Amino acid sequence: MIKEILFMNGYGLYVWSAFVFTLLSLVSVYIVILTQYIREKNKFIAKFGTLNSERAAFAKSQSINKEILSNTSSI
Amino acid sequence: MFKHLKPNKIFLLTSKAPKYVLLAFIIILSIGLTEALILSPEDYKQSHSVRIMYVHVPAAWISLGTFSAITLLSLVGYIFKIRNFFLISKSLAPSGLLFNIIALVTGSIWGKPTWGTWWAWDARITSMLILAMFYLMYLVAWRIYKDDDKTFKITSIITLLGIINVPIIKYSVDWWNTLHQPASINILSKSSIHISMLYPLIIMTAAFALFSLLIFLMKYNTELIKIKNKGLDRL
Repeated sequence: MIKEILFMNGYGLYVWSAFVFTLLSLVSVYIVILTQYIREKNKFIAKFGTLNSERAAFAKSQSINKEILSNTSSI
Repeated sequence: MFKHLKPNKIFLLTSKAPKYVLLAFIIILSIGLTEALILSPEDYKQSHSVRIMYVHVPAAWISLGTFSAITLLSLVGYIFKIRNFFLISKSLAPSGLLFNIIALVTGSIWGKPTWGTWWAWDARITSMLILAMFYLMYLVAWRIYKDDDKTFKITSIITLLGIINVPIIKYSVDWWNTLHQPASINILSKSSIHISMLYPLIIMTAAFALFSLLIFLMKYNTELIKIKNKGLDRL
């Protein structure tokens, strides 16, 4: 049974390489996009920290900014 | 209607959705892989090599569908001046390109045992390669142009030119004598594919669509935070 799944009548190399390539591509793109997301979010948090209290209060009044700051571990 | 499509409102939803989409994707993909690699039968002609179809065909479908959606959004965005539609289009492009590349590479792997060659300048393969080039042009345009209005115009032109290629891909097997077989799955008429092969194909398509949605949501959130970063600079 396991041998048949692995070798697939001599087509195993083709089938497995197609599936492995697909899964590796999905994982790679996920990691790249996640890294970009985390980088931008950290940049936002760092920039927010440098604002003085008046500007920070104004920036925080915008709902989307509040949402970004509150969702530090959303993914 | 369009006021509900404002980034601030959308972000409330898109920032929470990815974890649930990721979970659903993992579950559906696990079922799809079990069906595709173990439970589905081998083909009487192609034997086990037919299993490559379960990644090749859904990847091609998603890539074509994504490009069509990008074109529609760009066109509507350009006509009605809705900037958010361009942001959505831009966020859809990475997964579209990814699935286009997967379709080309897995097609090449499938071609070797089936046709005896890794590559042929067949109408469908060539038109899929052209689609990948349009995806690349689209993404490069976003990188090189800094002026928003110019970028919206250029990317809209790229998608409008690229969309001409989509029906060519679809009907290439009917219009020309190609290595590819005619479509086995028809929405309007009876499909020639057996139900035992149709199920894994549908499940894998659902898994890839979920992955596409996941990448879109993450990319869209990243783009919104980028805009907000620029906003903080201006404060």
